[in-house]
Amino acid sequence: MNRKFKISTASIAVAATILAACATPPAPGAAPAAPAAPAATTAPAAAAATEAPKATEAPAAASTGAVKITWWHINTQDNGKKAFQAVADEFMKAHPNVKIEITVIENEAFKAKLATNMQSGNPPDIFQSWGGGVLGQYAKAGLVQDLTDAFKVDNFADTIQPGPLGLYTINGKIYGVPWNAGMIGFWYRKDMFKKAGIAEPPATWNDLLVDVKKLKDAKITPIALGEKDKWPGHFYWVYAAVRLGGKAAFDAAYSRQGKFSDAPFVKAGEEIKKLIDLQPFQEGFLGAAYGDHIAAMANGKAAMELMGHWAYGADSGSAKDQALKDYQDNIGWFPFPTMDGMVGDPGDALGGGDGFAIGKNAPPEAIDFVKFFLSKEHQTQMAKAGIAVPPTVKGAEAGLDNPLLKEIQKRAGAAKYFQLYYDQYLPPAVGSLVNDETQKLFAGTTTPEKLAAAIEDAAATELKP
Amino acid sequence: MTKSLSKPLTLGVLLLPPAIVYAGLVIWPMIQAIIFSLYRWNGLGPLQQIVGLGNFSKIVGDEVFRGALSHNLIIIALSLGLQLPISLGLALLVNQKLAGRSVFRTIFFMPFVLSEVITGLIWSFIYLPDGGLINTLGGQLFGMSKVAWLGNISTVLLAIWVVLGWKYFGYHLVLYLTGLQNIPQELHEAALVDGATNGQVIRHITLPLLGPTVRLTIYLAVLGSLQVFDLVWVMTTGGPVNASDTMATYLYRFGFQRFQLGYGSAVALIMFILCFGFSLIYQRYVMRRDLAL
Repeated sequence: MNRKFKISTASIAVAATILAACATPPAPGAAPAAPAAPAATTAPAAAAATEAPKATEAPAAASTGAVKITWWHINTQDNGKKAFQAVADEFMKAHPNVKIEITVIENEAFKAKLATNMQSGNPPDIFQSWGGGVLGQYAKAGLVQDLTDAFKVDNFADTIQPGPLGLYTINGKIYGVPWNAGMIGFWYRKDMFKKAGIAEPPATWNDLLVDVKKLKDAKITPIALGEKDKWPGHFYWVYAAVRLGGKAAFDAAYSRQGKFSDAPFVKAGEEIKKLIDLQPFQEGFLGAAYGDHIAAMANGKAAMELMGHWAYGADSGSAKDQALKDYQDNIGWFPFPTMDGMVGDPGDALGGGDGFAIGKNAPPEAIDFVKFFLSKEHQTQMAKAGIAVPPTVKGAEAGLDNPLLKEIQKRAGAAKYFQLYYDQYLPPAVGSLVNDETQKLFAGTTTPEKLAAAIEDAAATELKP
Repeated sequence: MTKSLSKPLTLGVLLLPPAIVYAGLVIWPMIQAIIFSLYRWNGLGPLQQIVGLGNFSKIVGDEVFRGALSHNLIIIALSLGLQLPISLGLALLVNQKLAGRSVFRTIFFMPFVLSEVITGLIWSFIYLPDGGLINTLGGQLFGMSKVAWLGNISTVLLAIWVVLGWKYFGYHLVLYLTGLQNIPQELHEAALVDGATNGQVIRHITLPLLGPTVRLTIYLAVLGSLQVFDLVWVMTTGGPVNASDTMATYLYRFGFQRFQLGYGSAVALIMFILCFGFSLIYQRYVMRRDLAL
């Protein structure tokens, strides 16, 4: 009896301990092992909205306040991170009952983490968004708040430039707001061009192909490309489609009145194939992540890259000492060249920006904070600091002193057809496929026709009219 | 409390907490996955579009999936054909009375202790075409030209398998060592006294008696190879162009990146059937005598 009593007590004690341990579920939104691209350098940097390689998470200490706001952003560069925290601190000082908890995550890890939260119906209060069809899917599922009415207050919507704001407007309703927006173009090293005997940047696509050959002859790697991440390469194909098909072709294909396998899209693949066949990219580019791509540009290992407005900040952020000086002294920018047989305007642009979306559970203070963040003063400050470049609030571009970024902002604003990157504009099922298929073009395992056909297949299933 | 009732009751009380956890975290999600696999669903909002077995036929028809499956099979073949024999050979060596053999054991086991993500990151650096360890040493010592190990479609799977083998051979080695130490020394001595060579001793005494351990390591190697994800994802995300895709990376890409959870669940179900099927068949027919109670 005595022994049995001891054993049963012991068993119940053990059972109770196990139950207690099992009772605490794993914290929702706990970070999965973030597969970060290998860190190119550890230099802290002047920042722009970036796809920077370092994966960092900085959960702020939770404290009890009347309102708590969770904010996820992807500005992992020191400069941007500090600036964002400073704005949050300013807001919290002015509103003592509000506590803003910031989580900083690298781009790819952010997409993975956000996907999990979205699929469990638990979005963060404020989070990074590129707008387009991805945001549209969240809106359709009711996971983000409709900001149209909130933005009518004080005519806030009018303070933002219409082009970029349009990327966050779905079916006439505003679901997010950008704090920077720019366009994709070629960043190039003037010193390397000079060394290869190229007098000025190419104006036409055929000129570009000729220049690539000249660079190769001068033993300079013509183009840096981090194609492991797939999205850097899809820029090439999409831009060619923008040139050769214009807004008309894309709108038709998107609304299902045309197809993604129509002639302009196939021709786009053929033109890009001409570039790929010249083998202009760095060794092992298919296995290089965007971080490696940044490193190649920062260390002067390649003459040019087709990249967004954040490239200046990302590249110079990764460069040190002499490499940094060489980069800053010699970097230039030219727009994606014109192509023979192109439809539309030479000023048509592929681009996008970084913005905020508001999660469905967010308190109204979250929207207040976003408006606070996007005040003209803050935007001008950030433009000056090289963080919000180019800015989206009207008038803030006065803070821009980098002439290249000024040019980008001007062109982006003037573009008659402004296309958001396909992998954000199209819903994830199609956008992700565009990335996968264009990577095959770079690897030489698909043809322009098959590429266009594959995208069309996905679009036909996913994009119901 | 009668004796015949208290024992099952105690068992029940002790088993209940883990049973609840198991049911909640393993059985219930499996049932959910089976349900999801019958739908086309992007993970946001309610389940709406039922497609029955449509996902499964799409998977089987997708050449990328078939490629991923073939990569899993190649990894299994390489593991069974190269990694296990090497581990066994090293175990036989380390089992001898060498000086410092415990040092060797520790060193061989160390890769296993690293997390898969860290291993993937380190080896990504080693494989870098520009400045990575292999290319730099190869160039300086052997005059080798640069190879982009992870960027080249023909070398990427092999490069990943080398890392897998490197990471896990220590684990199999430790299992073999344990098995070897369970073989009575008298058998070896008796055979040697009777005039057998060392090779004959290994072939006729050691290996047969190591049978249960070998069968176990084969079992673990196959299951591990079918499920490999972390290492591949960190090093190449299944690329370039699906050349290093495994079923698990394929699942992740479709389930999470493309927001096609129904399709991803179907892939998960297929993986489960393969692993479970192999497990059942292997345990029943091969490991039967080892597990006989």
